[in-house]
Amino acid sequence: MPTKQLNGSAIILKALHDQDVEVVFGYPGGAVLPIYDEIFKQNKLRHVLVRQEGGALHAAEGYARSTGKVGCALVTSGPGATNAVTGLLDAMLDSIPLVCLCGQVPTHLIGNDAFQEADTTGITRPCTKHNYLVKDIKDLPRIMHEAFYVAQAGRPGPVVIDLPKDILMEMGDYAPPTKVAHKSYNPQVKGDTAAIAEAVKLLANAKKPIIYAGGGVINSGPAACKLLTQFTQMTGFPITLTLMGLGAYPGSDDQFLGMLGMHGTYEANLAMHDCDVMLCVGARFDDRITGRLDAFSPNSKKIHIDIDLSSINKSVMVDLPIIGDVGHVMEDMLKIWKASQAKVDEKGLAKWWKQIATWRAKDCLAYKPDSKIIKPQLAVQRLQALTQERKDVYITTEVGQHQMWAAQHMKFESPNHWMTSGGLGTMGYGLPAALGAQVAHPDALVIDIAGEASILMNIQELGTIAQYGLPVKVFILNNQYMGMVRQWQELLHGKRYSESYMDGMPDFIKLAESFGLHGMRVTDPADLDAAIIEMIETDNSVILDVAVTPEENCYPMIPSGAAHNEMIFGTDVKTEGAIAEDGMVLV
Amino acid sequence: MKDLSDGVYAQNPYTEEDKKHTISVLVDNEPGALARVVGLFTGRGYNIESLTVAETRHRQGLSRITIVTSGTGMIIEQIKAQLNRLVPIHSVSDLTMEGPSVERELAMVKVVATGEKRVESLRIADNFRARAVDSTLESFVFEIVGNSCKLDAFIELMKPLGLVDLCRTGVVAIARGPKGLDE
Ligand SMILES: Cc1ncc(C[n+]2csc(CCOP(=O)(O)OP(=O)(O)O)c2C)c(N)n1
Ligand SMILES: [Mg+2]
Repeated sequence: MPTKQLNGSAIILKALHDQDVEVVFGYPGGAVLPIYDEIFKQNKLRHVLVRQEGGALHAAEGYARSTGKVGCALVTSGPGATNAVTGLLDAMLDSIPLVCLCGQVPTHLIGNDAFQEADTTGITRPCTKHNYLVKDIKDLPRIMHEAFYVAQAGRPGPVVIDLPKDILMEMGDYAPPTKVAHKSYNPQVKGDTAAIAEAVKLLANAKKPIIYAGGGVINSGPAACKLLTQFTQMTGFPITLTLMGLGAYPGSDDQFLGMLGMHGTYEANLAMHDCDVMLCVGARFDDRITGRLDAFSPNSKKIHIDIDLSSINKSVMVDLPIIGDVGHVMEDMLKIWKASQAKVDEKGLAKWWKQIATWRAKDCLAYKPDSKIIKPQLAVQRLQALTQERKDVYITTEVGQHQMWAAQHMKFESPNHWMTSGGLGTMGYGLPAALGAQVAHPDALVIDIAGEASILMNIQELGTIAQYGLPVKVFILNNQYMGMVRQWQELLHGKRYSESYMDGMPDFIKLAESFGLHGMRVTDPADLDAAIIEMIETDNSVILDVAVTPEENCYPMIPSGAAHNEMIFGTDVKTEGAIAEDGMVLV
Repeated sequence: MKDLSDGVYAQNPYTEEDKKHTISVLVDNEPGALARVVGLFTGRGYNIESLTVAETRHRQGLSRITIVTSGTGMIIEQIKAQLNRLVPIHSVSDLTMEGPSVERELAMVKVVATGEKRVESLRIADNFRARAVDSTLESFVFEIVGNSCKLDAFIELMKPLGLVDLCRTGVVAIARGPKGLDE
C-alpha cells in the first residue's frame, strides 16, 4: 500500500525528525518559504531564528560541538547561501558535522540569473565535505539521509543540500533511512592491528615519549577520550593537546603539559622537539603546531593515528601511519599493550619527566602582575577559578589574543566543553557558537570569551539571545586593539600600528541594555572577582566588558618561521626583531 | 605473520623530483563530481597535464576519469588520498605505480599544403600509421592514435609542412594483464 504522498518540505521535516534533529538554526526568505510553512504547522522541530545566516552556521557548529551531534542550519537562496559560506568553511577546517539546507530558485529558472539565484553548489563546493542539488523529488529522501551520513562518517564536515523551490512544493514519497552501505563513501574505522602492535613496541621502548592529541579524539567521541586518558595514565607518558583537542584529556592532570604550538607552553613544545617517539592521535601537524617544518621534532619516530588518509604525510613525514577511528585504534592499542604485557622504560621515562620538570619550572605563562589595570591573563585565570567547581561550563571564543589566553588559562576536564575557531580563525564565531551551545544545554553556564573587535562581527546575535532568553555570558577582554594584529605589528612591522585600533567602540553596557540584556564593566583588578561572580549569578544574558591592559602581548610565542625550541617569552624584554625576515611572509 | 619491515611502516618512495603519474578514477556520473575533482587540483595547486572523462559503466552510472599529473612522491600520495576521500569517488588507481599499463591518445591534425609538402605529409602520416579522415585538394585531416610522445613527434614533423589546426583527446590508460579496475 503506497503511503500518502507529501510535499518536498514535509519530506524534509520528516527526514530531519528521523535523523533525530531537534533544532535547526535558520533565517527565512522567498526560496525556503514552503519549508517555513511546514515548520509552522508542526511542533517537533524547534527553529531558532538567528539575525544573520552567518550566525546560524556558527550556532549550528556550537550546537554540534557541545553535543557531538550533527548541527543543522536552514538558509534561503542567494544572499542567504552566500552568508553561510564562512561558517561552512569554518566547519570544514575544524571537521564539524553540519547539514545546511539552502533554498534555491525553482529548477526551471536555474541558470537564468533569477532573483536571489546563486550557484550555491559551485560556491560551496570547496568549503563543504560534499554538496547536493536536488533536481528530482524522487531523490530528496535519499539525499537528506545521505547528507547526515556523510556529515558524520569518517572525518566529519559540513554538507549542503541545495533545494529548488519547486522541489519543496512538489508531491513525492518519503522513505526512512536505511542501513544499506553507502555506494562509494565508506571510511575505514578499524586500524591495522599489525601496525598497532608495532606502535606498542615503539612506545614501550621509548625513552622520551610524547602523546600529541587533537580534535580528532573529540570527534571520535567521549569514549575515545576516555581510552586515550586511560592509555596515557597507564603508561605515564606526557601528553599535550592542540587548540582543537583541549578537553580530550583532563586539563588539570599532572601528565598534561598544556597546549602546544605557536602559543603553546614551553614544556609542551620542547617535549615535542626533543622526544624520541611521538604518538600523534587525531591531529594533523598543522602549521600552527609544527613551526618551521625542517626543524620539527627532528629525532623522533612518529606514529600517526588518523581517520583521514590525506592527513598522513601531508606536511610531516611519519614513520608509522595507522588509518582508523581514534576510539577503535586506542581500544586495540590498550588491548595489545596488555596482552603483550608491554612495559614502559621506567628509567628512561623518569629521566624524561625530570627534564620536563626543568622546562616547567620556567613557568612560561607567567606575566607581570599589575595592581592598577586588569591583566587579560588574570581575567581569564579568575574566570577559571570562579567557574571550576561547575561541571556544566561551556566556553567559546572569538579569534585573537583573548582566544589564546583562554586556551592557555582555562582548564577543560572533559570533551565538548570548548569551542573555538581553530582552522579558519573566524572572528565572530564565539557569540553565535555560544548561543548554539546554550540552546543544546539550556541550564549550563555558557561563556563567550571575546575580544572587543571580534564581538562586533556577529553582535547582531544578541537579538537571538534576547528573543529566546538564552543566558549566554559574553566576557570581553577589552584591550581597545585588534590585539593579535597589534602584537604582530609590534613584532614584525616596527610598531607601525596600521589600522589595528578602532575608535567609535560602542558602550557595551548600553548595547546590552538596548537588547534587554544585562551590561557591566569592570576596570579595577580589585573588583574583578565580584564582577565575574555577578555575571555568573545573573540568570539573564550578561555582557561583561573587562578593561584590560591595552598593549599586553600573548606569550609564549613561536614566531613564524621558527622552530619549537626558538620560543619567545613575556619576560624577555627584547622581542623586537625576534622574527626572521623569511618568517615575515608567513601568517 | 605479516612482514612488518615493509608492512606497517610508511613506505618512503618519495622522490624529490617531479614525476609524471597517470591516475584512473571511477566516479559517480553526477553533476558536480567532475567539478570536485578539477576543483581539488586547482584549489590545492596540483598540476593537470591531461584529463579525460566519459561514462564507462552506464548501468551503475559510473564515469572513468583519467588524469595525468606530475609531482613529487609526497604530492602524488596526497593527490590520491585527497581524491579518495571525495564522496562520489569509488576508486583511485595509480596506473604508473601499479604495474605496466597501456596509454593512448588520439589527435586530429589539419595540414594545408600542396606539391612536395603535401606528398611529404602523406608519407610521414603513413609512417606513423595516421589516417587521413578528410581531404581536399589543398588539405588533410589526419587522425593519429598512440602514446603522447608519438603524437608530439608527429605534430612536430607536421608543423613545417603546413599544420594549421590540431586537437587532442588527452590520455586514456588501462592496466595490462587480466585485472580490471576494482571499485
Ligand atoms: C573574519 C576575520 N577577519 C580578520 C581576521 C584577522 N584577525 C585575527 S585576530 C584579529 C584581531 C582581533 O581583535 P580582538 O577581537 O579585539 O581580539 P584581541 O586580539 O584584541 O584579543 C584580526 C583582525 C580574522 N581572524 N577573522
Ligand atoms: Mg581586542
